[in-house]
Amino acid sequence: MAPASAAATEVEVTAWAAKDTSGHLAPFTFSRRATGPGDVKFKVLFCGVCHSDLHQIHNDWGGSLYPMVPGHEIVGEVTEVGSEVKAFKVGEIVGVGCMVNSCQTCDPCTRHLEQYCLKKVIWTYSDKDYDGTLTQGGYSTIMVCKQEFVLKIPTNLPLDAAAPLLCAGITVYSPMKHYQMDVSGKHFGVVGLGGLGHMAVKFGKAFGMTVTVFSTSPAKEKEAREVLGADHFIVSKDPEQMKAAAGSIDYIIDTVSASHPLDPYLSTLKLDGKLVMVGIPEKPLSIHAFSLTSARRFVGGSGIGGIKETQEMLDFCGEHNITCIIEKIPISYINTAMERLGKTDVKYRFVIDIGNSLKSEN
Amino acid sequence: MAPAAAATEVEVDAWAARDTSGHLSPFTFSRRATGPGDVKFKILFCGVCHSDLHQIHNDWGNSTYPMVPGHEMVGEVTEVGSEVKAFKVGEIVGVGCLVNSCQTCDPCTQHLEQYCGKKVWTYNDKDYDGTITQGGYSTIMVCRQEFVLKMPTNLPLDAAAPLLCAGITVYSPMKHFQMDVAGKHFGVVGLGGLGHMAVKFGKAFGMTVTVFSTSPSKEKEARELLGADRFIASKDPEQMKAAAGSIDYIIDTVSAAHPLDLYLSTLKLDGKLVMVGIPEKPLSIHAFSLTSARRYVGGSGIGGIKETQEMLDFCGEHNITCLIEKIPISYVNTAMERLGKSDVKYRFVIDIANSLKSED
Repeated sequence: MAPASAAATEVEVTAWAAKDTSGHLAPFTFSRRATGPGDVKFKVLFCGVCHSDLHQIHNDWGGSLYPMVPGHEIVGEVTEVGSEVKAFKVGEIVGVGCMVNSCQTCDPCTRHLEQYCLKKVIWTYSDKDYDGTLTQGGYSTIMVCKQEFVLKIPTNLPLDAAAPLLCAGITVYSPMKHYQMDVSGKHFGVVGLGGLGHMAVKFGKAFGMTVTVFSTSPAKEKEAREVLGADHFIVSKDPEQMKAAAGSIDYIIDTVSASHPLDPYLSTLKLDGKLVMVGIPEKPLSIHAFSLTSARRFVGGSGIGGIKETQEMLDFCGEHNITCIIEKIPISYINTAMERLGKTDVKYRFVIDIGNSLKSEN
Repeated sequence: MAPAAAATEVEVDAWAARDTSGHLSPFTFSRRATGPGDVKFKILFCGVCHSDLHQIHNDWGNSTYPMVPGHEMVGEVTEVGSEVKAFKVGEIVGVGCLVNSCQTCDPCTQHLEQYCGKKVWTYNDKDYDGTITQGGYSTIMVCRQEFVLKMPTNLPLDAAAPLLCAGITVYSPMKHFQMDVAGKHFGVVGLGGLGHMAVKFGKAFGMTVTVFSTSPSKEKEARELLGADRFIASKDPEQMKAAAGSIDYIIDTVSAAHPLDLYLSTLKLDGKLVMVGIPEKPLSIHAFSLTSARRYVGGSGIGGIKETQEMLDFCGEHNITCLIEKIPISYVNTAMERLGKSDVKYRFVIDIANSLKSED
């Protein structure tokens, strides 16, 4: 084919999509744009299943655009790069996370915090890009993305277990660095032990901290200690255990999106303690001002992470051999996986083996 | 007199509340003899803090009576103990909210005595020797030197007294949470004793200052007297909306229940809101207000002694004092009533020396 017309051709993509708020996922075909001068195109090998995918296929947040191909923990192999792309080459293993575009000029963008773009950050799926196209995610065979939002995956990491770093990993890594919850020897707490929580424990140990897990499920203790390396485990529904932990912890990452009172966790923090929410409960948080003023504590929030810091996190994981604990599934299992995810029945992330189970129709 | 006089307790004239009615009236009690590490001073002025109003009425459930309130006291040293080097007779000093702490724990060694697990409040508390502490609505104070502060000599003493609580309560978090950067945009919620000091410090740090208030009538003074650059009537949704994402940090001085999401939405990326007021009911904050722009909500209480001295020195250098209404002790019950209705600009200060006469 002549270079001009081939480069200008859209690419047909095989995927699974939700078509309505039932959230039922089924085979679906759509087109992605032709690889532009600044684009990277890659064959998707694996895609993590994030709790956000579950929320969005059901329109829990009210902005869902259908048909929706979810998936923002995408890893694959580059098949084509645009003429202006220097940083990536064919055959390289890359990833795309939660964002595919931003204005690139506002203050947050220039500070490499694209997720806070003042104009509009474009989410990897269920969003409208600047050119009007509906973005579609990683439960698909092929991805085309502008190079500024493509990440290099460390070659020593197993790709399936690395995929969830692109959302779950960065969502806890970013606040741990930003709020300086990464000081060796300090005491770090994690509330909730799911996709985000288990990564927070892993990073906590990697930063050399003593780690306490707070969970409502006593059944999770064995694995928290033996598999993840947690030093302490506190059943948060047990007032005695919570009381015994009073003023013992330097910082806490709270990953829980269900409604829960914060005062008991705040009371476990020392003077100048910090609690950062990465889960987003729908109902307002309930915090007594006295929990903050009595020991100069604060409650902060954080959302995913910028591209530069996501690359830093991936490199850190490559150096320290950190990946996620996953359950690998074929695409055909996805609806069952969503059901189980709704009951938090997964250790600790489903990852779809796209390369082996989602075949291109062509 | 023989040295044994140094061992004599001193009789003090004061006004005290005797029960939860909070009614204040003349009262006499004894303070300890000046110990080797103590400073004794004749009280000249004492500020009236909203905490005084709360505690005379037992609003916090832990009041013991009779209670002599007052933790913004300024006076002249009349005697120092043998181990006291830093203070001398005739010097003008002050005592704020604390009179003792363990001095050895982690917060104490970090000069954050207010977070000591064994701290002792200036009034309505029990000191380590078992005595009930009594505050500054009295003629004489005896305090261990570690909790005595030097007042800058160039400041009018009556207007400087409220720095000892109102001043440090906003100065401390503004420094600790780094809300003191010239050119930044600083917001203050509430314009009372704490709020007006926050505005003054905000301007002194070179920031653009926005005042949020439920009372539109406060705008003129906020701008003209305090130097505020912007005034937003917080009950007006249009004004609040127009301020979205414009502010770097906020100090919130309001103790009445109020929703925080609206104020949080005025903060930029990485914005900070720090509570120094302590509403009784839980704060209501949507996690999304925090996660959507990486903001945080913190809290802070008064300040340690070292930083209180730093603040006083800063005020001395920059000529910063409080806007006050000076009153005789006989007016204090009316003052408490007016304070309950926030009817004061912006702190009552009792002229102790001229109105509370020692019976002797």
